[in-house]
Amino acid sequence: MKRFLLPLVIFLTVVGFLAVGLNLDPREVPSPLVGKPAPMFNLPRLDNPEKTISPKDLLGQVWLFNVWASWCGACREEHPILVALSKSGTVPLYGMDYKDTRQDAQQWLEQGGNPYIASAMDTDGRVGIDYGVYGVPETYVIDKAGVIAYKQIGPVTEEVLRDKILPLVKRLQTQ
Amino acid sequence: MIPEIGHFALILALLVALIQGSFPIIGAARGNAVWMGLARPTARAQFLLIAVAFFCLAYAFATMDYSVTYVASNSNSKLPLQYRIAAVWGGHEGSLLLWAMILSIWTVAVSFFSKHLPDAMRARIIGVMGLISIGFLLFMLTVSNPFERLIPAAMDGRDLNPLLQDPGMVFHPPMLYMGYVGFSVAFAFAIAALLGGELDAAWARWSRPWTTMAWVFLTTGIMAGSNWAYYELGWGGWWFWDAVENASFMPWLVGTALIHSLAVTEKRGSFKAWTVLLAICAFSLSLLGTFLVRSGVLTSVHAFATDPRRGLFILAFLVVVIGGSLVLFAWRAPAIGRGGKFDVVSRESFLLANNVLLAVAAISVLFGTLYPLFLDALGLGKISVGPPYFDTVFAPLMAPALFLMGVGPIARWKQAALPELAKRLRWAFGVSVATAIILPLLLGHWTPMIGLGIFLAFWIFGTSANLVYQRLRGSELPLMTRIMSPSRSWWGMVIAHLGIAVFTLGVTVVKGFESEIAVRMQTGDVAHLAGFDFTFEGVQEIEGPNYSSSRGQIRITKNGVERTVLMPEKRVYTVQNMPMTEAGISPSLIHDLYASLGEPLDGGAWSVRIYHKPMVEWIWVGCLMMAFGGLLALSDRRYRMKNRIKATGSENVAEVSV
Repeated sequence: MKRFLLPLVIFLTVVGFLAVGLNLDPREVPSPLVGKPAPMFNLPRLDNPEKTISPKDLLGQVWLFNVWASWCGACREEHPILVALSKSGTVPLYGMDYKDTRQDAQQWLEQGGNPYIASAMDTDGRVGIDYGVYGVPETYVIDKAGVIAYKQIGPVTEEVLRDKILPLVKRLQTQ
Repeated sequence: MIPEIGHFALILALLVALIQGSFPIIGAARGNAVWMGLARPTARAQFLLIAVAFFCLAYAFATMDYSVTYVASNSNSKLPLQYRIAAVWGGHEGSLLLWAMILSIWTVAVSFFSKHLPDAMRARIIGVMGLISIGFLLFMLTVSNPFERLIPAAMDGRDLNPLLQDPGMVFHPPMLYMGYVGFSVAFAFAIAALLGGELDAAWARWSRPWTTMAWVFLTTGIMAGSNWAYYELGWGGWWFWDAVENASFMPWLVGTALIHSLAVTEKRGSFKAWTVLLAICAFSLSLLGTFLVRSGVLTSVHAFATDPRRGLFILAFLVVVIGGSLVLFAWRAPAIGRGGKFDVVSRESFLLANNVLLAVAAISVLFGTLYPLFLDALGLGKISVGPPYFDTVFAPLMAPALFLMGVGPIARWKQAALPELAKRLRWAFGVSVATAIILPLLLGHWTPMIGLGIFLAFWIFGTSANLVYQRLRGSELPLMTRIMSPSRSWWGMVIAHLGIAVFTLGVTVVKGFESEIAVRMQTGDVAHLAGFDFTFEGVQEIEGPNYSSSRGQIRITKNGVERTVLMPEKRVYTVQNMPMTEAGISPSLIHDLYASLGEPLDGGAWSVRIYHKPMVEWIWVGCLMMAFGGLLALSDRRYRMKNRIKATGSENVAEVSV
C-alpha cells in the first residue's frame, strides 16, 4: 500500500509549491546592482547632443533613472504616471532613451509629454549592458551617494510608485 | 444575440456534463443499465452544445462583433479572415473553449467506437470524461467567459498577438490540444479500470489505439510549434526549453513511455500498476501544463494575460482530478497482480529500462521547469533555469534510452540470450561506431557529443535494418508478400524508431556544424558563410493588411552560380505597435540557409543575421516519421476488425509486436 501512496505524496508537495507560487510575482527580479554605485557614463542629451549627461553631475541628490524607448509598448503604460510624478516635483526624473533614434524619441515625447529633466541617448545600448537592462522600461532609484537603492523591472505602476518608490525616495532624501 | 446563444449553450453543456459525470458512474457501480445508458446520449448532446458555443464565438470573430470583450481584445477589423478564425483560440478564454471542444470530440469518438466494450466500462469511461468536462466548463463560466460583453462596444479590436498571426499558429494549438486532451481517454480508461477493479490486460488493449492517436497528435503539434519558433522568432533556434514548450514535452515523454508500457501490459500482462500510473501521469502533466500556461506562475515567452483567481481555480481542479485519481490508485493498485515474470535480459526489462528513463527524463524536465518556482516559494531568490540545465540533464538520460531502443525490438520476450543478441547486433555496432568516428571528420571536426549523437543515430538505423532483414529474409515468397507479412503496427514501430534516428542525426549535425554571422550590410554588400556569398540587395517597404514591413532581399550565390533569393522581413503590426521578425529561409534536406533582419542602422544599412544550418529539417522530418509510424500502427488490421471480434480479455493476437 505504502509504495502506491508515493505518487500522491509527491503530487501534494508539488501542489504546495504551486499554491505558494501563485502569490508570487515572477517579474520581481532582484538586481545584483542594488546597493552598488550606479555605473558611470557620459552620454549625449536627447534634446541637445552637444551637451552630455553623467551620473557624476547628479551626486548629492536622490534621483530616478528611467530607461525608456519610443518602440516600447509597456512604456506607454507607465508614461502618464511618470508625467504626473514629474509635475508633482517630488523627485528629479532623468531618462535614458535605449536603442532608439533621436527623431522617433523626440516625436514620442512631443506626443506623450516629457516628464524628464533630461534624457541620455544610449543608441547602441552599451550603457544598458552596464546597468543590466533586462527589458524596457526599467526604473532605478539612485541615492545622494550615487548608489542604486532600488530597481523596478517593467512599467512603474501607481502601486509601485506609492508603496515602494516614493517612501524609499522620502527616506533617502532625509538621510 | 449570437454570443448569448453561445453562453447559454455552455451553461446547458455544463448541466449535461453533470449528468454525464454522475449517473453513468453510479449506474455502473449499482448495475443500473438505464443509468449507464445515459453515457452515450449525454456525451453526444454535450458535443453538440459545445460545438454550438464554439461556432457562436467563431461567428462573433468573423463578423467583428467588438461588443464581446474577448473578440475586442484578440481581433481587429484589418485582421485577415483566416486569422480572425484562428483568433478564436488566440487568447485565454478561447483556448479553454477549444480545450472543452476537443475533449467533447474525443468523448463523442469514444461513444461511437466503443461498441466492443462492456457496458459498465464504457459508462465509467464516458463518465470520467464528463467529470473532466465539468471542471473546464465551470472554469469558463465562472472566471473565463469568452462571451462576456463589452459595454459600450469597442470601435475596433486590439488585434491578435502578432506572434500568432502565422499559418503555423492556425494549426499548432488545435493539434497540440488534440494530443494533450487525447490523453484524457487513456486516463479515463485507467480510472474506469481502477473503479471497476478490472485491471487485467483488457483495458490496456482497449486504450492502446486511443493513446497512440493522442500521441500522434501531440508529436505533430510539438513539431509544428518547434517549426513555428524556428522561422517566426528569428533566432534560428528550434527548441528553447521554455516553460510552455516543456509543458507539452512532459506529457509527450510520459505518453511515449505509456505507449510502450501498454504494449507490455497487453502482450505479457506485466507492468500493470505502472501502466495505470503512467496513464494517470500523462494526463496529469497535460493538466499541469494548462495550469503553468494559464496561471502565470512562470514567466515565459508565451506569457498570456493572467488572473490569480484563475490560477487558484486550476490548482483546485488539479488537486481534485490528479489527487483524486492518485488516491484511487493508492487504494486499488495493491490488488493488482504482479503479472508475468521475466528475465533480466528480455524485451520486458529493456522496455522497463526505457520506461524508467523516459519517466525520469519527464521528471527532470518538470523539476527544471518548476525549480525557479520552488526556490522563489522558499524565499531563496529568483533564478532561471535555461538550456544549460536541460542540455546537461537530458543528454545523459536520452543516450542510454536511444541505445536500448536499438536492442529492445530484437530481444525476445521473457528471456533473451545475451550472446545471441551480441552476435546479431555486432554489425550494427561496428557500422555505427565507424560512422561516428569518420562522418564528423568528413564534415569538419569531431567532438565527443557529435560522435555520440551520430553513433546513436546510426545504431538505430543499423539495428532497425537488422530487424527488418531478419524478418524478411529466408523465404521464397515474392518480396512484396514478405513486406506485407509483418503487421502494420510492427512496421509502424520500425518507422517511428527510424524517425527518432533521423531526428537525432538532425539535432547532432545542426548543433555540431551550424554557423552564423551577424553583419552590418548596405545595399550591394556581400557576406560569406559556409562557402556561400550573400549579396544584400536592399530593403523595400511593403504594406500588409495590418502591418507595414521592411523586406530585405538577399541573393545567394555559390562560386558565381545563383542559388536562391531570401526575403527576410521586419514587420511592425500597427495596432499593437509590435515589431516582428519573419526570417527568410531556403530549406532543403542538406541544409537551411536562413537570414533575419535586425535593426536598421545609419546610412541605409541594416544589421543582418545569417545562419547556415546543416540538416536542420531532419529534426521535423524525424518527428513526422514518428507520427506516421503511429498512424500506421493505428491502421493495423486488428483495429479495423475490432467490431467483429468481441473482446473478451483473453483473445490472442497472432502478431507479437511492440
